[in-house]
Amino acid sequence: MSNQAGSQPPKTKNRSTISSWRASYRRYRREHQWLGWGIPLAIVVLAFSYPWWGLEGPLAFLFNDGLGIDNDTLFNMSIYVMLALGLNVVVGYAGLLDLGYVAFFALGAYTLGWFGSGLFSNRDIHFLDTNASRLPGIHLSFWVVVLLAGAVCAFAGVLIGWPTLRLRGDYLAIVTLGFGEIIPDVMRNGDDIAGHNLTNGVRGLTLLDRPGFGQTISDASGGILPVRYTSLELRPWYFTVLAMMLITIFVNLRLRDSKMGRAWIAVREDEIAASAMGVPLMRTKLWAYAIGAIFGGFAGAVYGSFINGIFPTSFSFQISVIVLVMVIVGGMGNIWGVIAGAMLISWLNFRGLDKIGERIGSIPGVSDDFSIAKYKFGIFGALLVLMMLFRPEGLIPSSRRKAEFAEGEGTATLYDVRT
Amino acid sequence: MADSTGATTNILEAIQVRKEFGGLIAVNDVDFVIPRGSIVSLIGPNGAGKTTFFNILTGVYKPTAGGVIFDGTPISGLPPHKVTALGMARTFQNIRLFHNMTALENVLVAMHSRIKGGIWRSIFRTPALKREEEGARDRARELLSFSGLPGREDAYAKNLPYGDQRRLEVARALASGPDLLLLDEPTAGMNPEETANFTEFVAKLRAEHEITVLLIEHDMRVVMGISDRVTVLDYGEKIAEGAPKEVQHDERVIEAYLGSAATT
Repeated sequence: MSNQAGSQPPKTKNRSTISSWRASYRRYRREHQWLGWGIPLAIVVLAFSYPWWGLEGPLAFLFNDGLGIDNDTLFNMSIYVMLALGLNVVVGYAGLLDLGYVAFFALGAYTLGWFGSGLFSNRDIHFLDTNASRLPGIHLSFWVVVLLAGAVCAFAGVLIGWPTLRLRGDYLAIVTLGFGEIIPDVMRNGDDIAGHNLTNGVRGLTLLDRPGFGQTISDASGGILPVRYTSLELRPWYFTVLAMMLITIFVNLRLRDSKMGRAWIAVREDEIAASAMGVPLMRTKLWAYAIGAIFGGFAGAVYGSFINGIFPTSFSFQISVIVLVMVIVGGMGNIWGVIAGAMLISWLNFRGLDKIGERIGSIPGVSDDFSIAKYKFGIFGALLVLMMLFRPEGLIPSSRRKAEFAEGEGTATLYDVRT
Repeated sequence: MADSTGATTNILEAIQVRKEFGGLIAVNDVDFVIPRGSIVSLIGPNGAGKTTFFNILTGVYKPTAGGVIFDGTPISGLPPHKVTALGMARTFQNIRLFHNMTALENVLVAMHSRIKGGIWRSIFRTPALKREEEGARDRARELLSFSGLPGREDAYAKNLPYGDQRRLEVARALASGPDLLLLDEPTAGMNPEETANFTEFVAKLRAEHEITVLLIEHDMRVVMGISDRVTVLDYGEKIAEGAPKEVQHDERVIEAYLGSAATT
């Protein structure tokens, strides 16, 4: 008891120092308007120039696997930032809990399989593809395929959303959970649908088309834009996914401040009031679902091409959960929070835990086979629980969310039963 | 009477509206009209079916039988957002603001059916969209100060004092551009001075914005002072209708509801 009382004052003192830092930072921001675009610009420049400064030096351990060509981690991180931002539209803005987001990631990847591989080898359809020779199958330009992946996912989102978005809360979560399980299962069993092989079943799809700009554009750019991406030169991949991530962030920002963004938040806050104010509930929710799905599709197509192999087992429930954890840990509804959460968790997932494990393994007396990565879901689970206990609003919450958690329940919900 | 006057003089006509919840008859074959430009009150003891009737008018419930015609358009069965788009707006008995949005955002949400928006236009923020957004913001600020909330644009709705929350609900309802405004017990929880101010405000609404008002109200001073017509519901049935004075002296009304109020 006395112990507890003793530990209380330092905590509040700590809080007030942080908030005074924050206040002085805000003042600084107000006095220096250029920071509003200066900081993001600096981060973008740093990110794009990373391959020139980050592969060696003190920070190299963050992303470098020792071979010097490793952009994998950053690539994966960018993919997950896209996924998290897509899910943020659904969960953070519109407040629809989606536990099956991986379905759209998978659909995006399989769209690449359909329109950019030799799966349908009895067909011979080509459109601006950048393969070295004329391969059998359907081969559309990679950039077209990415757009198609977005379209397929938006369609799937609307299709699954139409009957299910009438459900609320837990019920919607259960249906989406099922959807996330069904899609990989369909892919697993899709090698004989009425005699047609649509997914190649458990064998998965390999030899997928890669992005590229073709000879003409490559020549015109003086060779800066590659004819075709390869698995040896990873920089173009990294730049591509970074650019796509920036587009995702841009679209997220613009939609947040639009009529649709306001409607999403209104629906999350109070459906009945929103609809009484002229917001069409179904259409608004379907838009959130479709736009979230589009980003999942984009990410899936690029990811599939980069990995150069799409298997039903690649799209497990764990991905849905981990993306959701990113959104929650980062700060639901806040774009910067979600980005931070996605980067942190995906870094831990793809590199950080291995690195930390190595460090621990090198301590004398600890077994060399000590692997912390084995416990990663335990660690993420614990992280989530700790976040919920100590900072439920997320790392960088939106001011809205902060207000929500600061004063607990809304004031007028107690006797809200009848209407 | 409803037949001879037609759609042009009555902004709303409810014909034989009935709503059953299982075996319970909440609204029992009620005929009801609101003349354009008037202030009409709907009163009745607790549980008389006033809010249910309100919810039928605004599209939250579909009537079991009967129909509602708003401005010449049959609206029973339409979802609430379509009814709002046609020009009917409401407030709620238990304040239902978007608590974690600012006052300005609350008002902007209600302009949903009045502004075009558009996903592509929003992403590229076209000049036309910018103009539209700025126009909407100006209008929202105007409405906020008209409703007595000048300078409170950026306050979160939940942080506003109770009276201001009521005002914000009205401002939000007005933002949807209504011809008919439905107020569900707007003075509940207000002190006499606030109530008097609010009554004045409703009168001003009609005078300056040419808005027809339907009021559910418990406070008899408000009802009697402001209404052109009063309709009394009891157990889901209309038991009286007419000018405030007539209704006040109706025996059934006194028996059902005004009994104590009439003697004071």
